Amino acid sequence: MTRPRPRPRPAARRAAALAARYALLLAVLVLMTGPLAWQFLTSLRGRTENVYAGVLPSQPTLDNYVRVAESFPLLQYTANTLAVAALAVTSNAVFAAMGGYALSRAGWPGRRTVFTVLVATLMFPFESVMVSMFLTIRGMGLVDSLVGVWLPGAVSVLNILIMRSAFLAVPQEIEEAAVLDGAGEWTRFTRVFLPAAKGSLAVVCLTSFMGAWDDFLWPLLVLTDSEHYTLQLGLKTLAGATTTNDQRIIAAGAMAALLPMVLLFFALQRFFFKGVGEGAVKL
Amino acid sequence: MTGDDRRPAAARAAGAARRPLHRRWWSPYLFLAPGLASVVLFGLWPFANTVVLSFTDARILTGGGFVGLDNYRRALGDPDFWTAAGNSVLYLLVVVPCLVLLPLALAVLVQARVPGIGFFRSAYYTPVIASAVVVGLVWQWVLRSDGLVNTVFLRLRIVSEPVPFLTDSTLLLVSAMLVTVWKGLGYYMVFYLAALGNVPASLHEAAALDGAGPVRRFVHVTVPQVKPMMLLVGTLSAVSALRVFTEVYILGGESGGPGGGARTLPFLIRQVGLGFAGETGYASAISLLLFLLTLAFSLLGRRLARGDEA
Repeated sequence: MTRPRPRPRPAARRAAALAARYALLLAVLVLMTGPLAWQFLTSLRGRTENVYAGVLPSQPTLDNYVRVAESFPLLQYTANTLAVAALAVTSNAVFAAMGGYALSRAGWPGRRTVFTVLVATLMFPFESVMVSMFLTIRGMGLVDSLVGVWLPGAVSVLNILIMRSAFLAVPQEIEEAAVLDGAGEWTRFTRVFLPAAKGSLAVVCLTSFMGAWDDFLWPLLVLTDSEHYTLQLGLKTLAGATTTNDQRIIAAGAMAALLPMVLLFFALQRFFFKGVGEGAVKL
Repeated sequence: MTGDDRRPAAARAAGAARRPLHRRWWSPYLFLAPGLASVVLFGLWPFANTVVLSFTDARILTGGGFVGLDNYRRALGDPDFWTAAGNSVLYLLVVVPCLVLLPLALAVLVQARVPGIGFFRSAYYTPVIASAVVVGLVWQWVLRSDGLVNTVFLRLRIVSEPVPFLTDSTLLLVSAMLVTVWKGLGYYMVFYLAALGNVPASLHEAAALDGAGPVRRFVHVTVPQVKPMMLLVGTLSAVSALRVFTEVYILGGESGGPGGGARTLPFLIRQVGLGFAGETGYASAISLLLFLLTLAFSLLGRRLARGDEA
């Protein structure tokens, strides 16, 4: 053996670097999920147990979830939210696909102007037009109705733009072939283009659903009667109510609103991440 | 994921424009009708209406008369307006640097292909999928006077009295910033992961051969390569920092901290403009000032991006 053996140092250093990386990953994990986990653990604690008695509940119970459903119309709130979400998903999927399809096709007058106007409206932050938007909804007689919550977001410009870029990627040869086969515009849209943009359509459905589920400020402006409250508004009442100053119950309510989203996220992860990327076409 | 996909799409769009198919001129308008109706009704019209109302003394239940620039003059002399505007701008100045830099560090951390990294990426993303209300409640339970942080601090005798995280205006605003940053980390991390994926590995190898350590490689290779993404993240997070409402509302309650000291501009707009005594005219003027502020920061972001390309 004339050549010296490789010294063990690089390997040891690599192992140390890996250990450091995992230590850092775990530290960040605690920061990012710790507060959520703490709320979750609180929601499992028994009625008599001190909330600070150790990290884990000594006798985990689902009692708080039962109690929050009993003392607050949580199911009603959830049903209201799902109604708005169902409307929002349907209208966004259909209308954003239609609009995006038209914008992606060349050869019609006013295409550039329409596109510019749509992009320009992205510049108005909702908060700077919400007072006027409220007046519009009131003028339509939709205050304190779930339709009033849904309507302004029935088809978002961002979703139209997402569908537009998906349809732009469809090769024109395919469209021309469909024309030669005698397919009309609507047939081409439903049979040729929509199947080619399934992924983006899923992103549109997902973001519309999440938007409807998570929205707070607009429902807060529109809804007055607590019977019409969405889940997020209901949670606010729950937190503000003096009758239940019990953090276990508030925690159970928050978790009830969060867990469906977490399940959705783990089931459809790649669409979530795709959605973030496509959101960036905004600018 | 972002920068890469756009160019081919644009190239294809150019191809599509080259040979337009014959179609009836009005058929695209039929397809766009719902979208356009929505844009007119809930985009252009409310904006135009906001501009008009801002020059009137309209109230929520009565139409108003033209008052010229009175509302704007009133805003400039209104301490509540200055508090809210100051809070919003301060929010932006604190939150934007955090959200430009920390998610980049996070992305570099989870970029490595080590076992279990997918789990960490997903876990870091969970605050993003939680709604602002849920996140507010979760942090309320951490920061309350009988919350986790204060209990631990008291037990370890770091403090003798609970820290008023949610009952002091300044601390409330800082707490809300913390929540915004916490919720934004995972979101912008995904942006940076996409950008980092486009950094050629050869650049890192060349720098390593030249003897550059990980820190110097980060500063001299990674940062210049992801600079366009940093500008995009900066602009997006600046615009959303000016929109903050729910964090302050859930953490601090309906009044926006003691004496409304932690109110942001959207918070003030809602308080002034809506409710039975809502002064829609004055609120519209504040709305328009918020719009101009937002516009200024997005144009700044765009100008920086353009200067970067040149």
